[in-house]
Amino acid sequence: MLERAPSGTNEQATEAPRPVEFRGAGFTPTASRYAGWVALAIVIAVWQLAGSAGWVNPLFLPAPSAIAVAIYKLATSGALWQHLSWSIMRIGTGWIIGTVCGVIVGFAIGLSTIARGVGITFISALFPIPKIALLPLLILWLGIGEEPKIATIALGVFFSTAISVYSGVDAVPRNLIRMAQSFNVPFHAIVRRVIWPGALPSILAGFRITASVALLLVVSAEMIGAQYGIGAFVLQAGNLMQTDQLLAGVVILSLFGLAVGRLINLLEARLLHWR
Amino acid sequence: MDLIADHISHRFGALEVLDDVSFTVGAGEVVAIVGPSGCGKSTLLQVLGGLLRPSKGAAELRGAPPADSLNPLTFVFQDFALLPWSTVEENVAFPLLHTPLGAAERRAVIDDALRRTGLTDFRAAYPKQLSGGMRQRVGIARALAVRPAILLMDEPLSALDSQTRELLMEDFVRLLADGAMAAAYVTHNLDEAVRLADRIVVLSRRPGRIREIVTIPMTRTERGGADARGRLAALQGDLWSLIRKEAIDAEREVQHA
Repeated sequence: MLERAPSGTNEQATEAPRPVEFRGAGFTPTASRYAGWVALAIVIAVWQLAGSAGWVNPLFLPAPSAIAVAIYKLATSGALWQHLSWSIMRIGTGWIIGTVCGVIVGFAIGLSTIARGVGITFISALFPIPKIALLPLLILWLGIGEEPKIATIALGVFFSTAISVYSGVDAVPRNLIRMAQSFNVPFHAIVRRVIWPGALPSILAGFRITASVALLLVVSAEMIGAQYGIGAFVLQAGNLMQTDQLLAGVVILSLFGLAVGRLINLLEARLLHWR
Repeated sequence: MDLIADHISHRFGALEVLDDVSFTVGAGEVVAIVGPSGCGKSTLLQVLGGLLRPSKGAAELRGAPPADSLNPLTFVFQDFALLPWSTVEENVAFPLLHTPLGAAERRAVIDDALRRTGLTDFRAAYPKQLSGGMRQRVGIARALAVRPAILLMDEPLSALDSQTRELLMEDFVRLLADGAMAAAYVTHNLDEAVRLADRIVVLSRRPGRIREIVTIPMTRTERGGADARGRLAALQGDLWSLIRKEAIDAEREVQHA
């Protein structure tokens, strides 16, 4: 079916050869190890310079050195640990409750037809609600203690976890499940040895999202009603125009987020080394 | 133990894939299933192996499986179907974990399967570290570990390059030489079919019907000889003439799915 084109005569045979033009450059960005740190250092230096030279009002943007001093004072006075420990308790409890429930429901949706039908409907309807909007209702239901804050975080974590878990279960190659079935491997063993490890990359990716959701919600919830916690601290500092304290709180949140990200990196390196 | 395709028909929704296919794979016999692409070869194998319920007809077994067989009907998959998070050894051990074998016996079975497939030195490697040929050897080792009566091989060489394919083909010939295992071998490669099979089931284009069942008039050991080469080539030519017209039609078919 494939026909040859008529061949032309080779008139250029005597002409000198010229190199083929290289066209394969670009589209392969690589992360430089130091570029990011250098850029960060430059930004901080310029910021410090702007503060020291009096180009910006320190009331609105305190210099990095002032923020560092504020963090140091917070740390030595013990206030930092007090606020941080409340926030960590709320995040930890809420995240664990939300994650455990989310993994169970996500697996149920991924493995059962009935659970899928019911679960996806509910999740689609409830997932888009900003969970912080439910805090007042949760306060009415659960009182003004820790429970509504923890419940808000748990709810936010639950939906993202459930979605990432059932997406992960859906993404497990069907050929691996068929293979296991062809060897008469029992259902529970297929779940444990094929579906769980197969879904793990998606579940861990979900953890990355839910960690930031939990951080967002804890700060919001603490701003709405808490005496202690990083969110409460940032809000109080803002109310008192203590911007160095305010930004110290923001830096601590950023460091906390980075630490959690690092932890998830470690988990991935340990659990997904086969990739 | 015989494996019987008893008037198997299958459709996926409106798409009729198989139409009244019947044949038997006898004890120790290698039956190749060939046909144009999309004719339902792999579907047929899935039905035979109990992974797909046919719309009509049935896959049946006659006779008892060997007493020591842990999984009489065992697949070897085109895409190897290895657990990427498990080592070679763990992949071979996978189907044994839920069998009554004790730890020591299991160990021995795994060692034997790895040795027979030349994988002993690679037992700690992960699938991504292996070439395609070695991956398929893991698939074969895993199949051998459960001592199958009948291997269901779904285009086991088609994901491999031609040199690797040749090497594994030689392994298959050796593996099936003593007639201890039967095989249903799905392939689109007629060379593989004539070198390996005792009989070749030729399917028509979709919906796959049996066009012909060709018996190869040589034992597999005879096929190794130099004079056999010409006869095999002639056989292959005959098979191709059976399939060629339909292969062209199948290739030119517009997909409406």
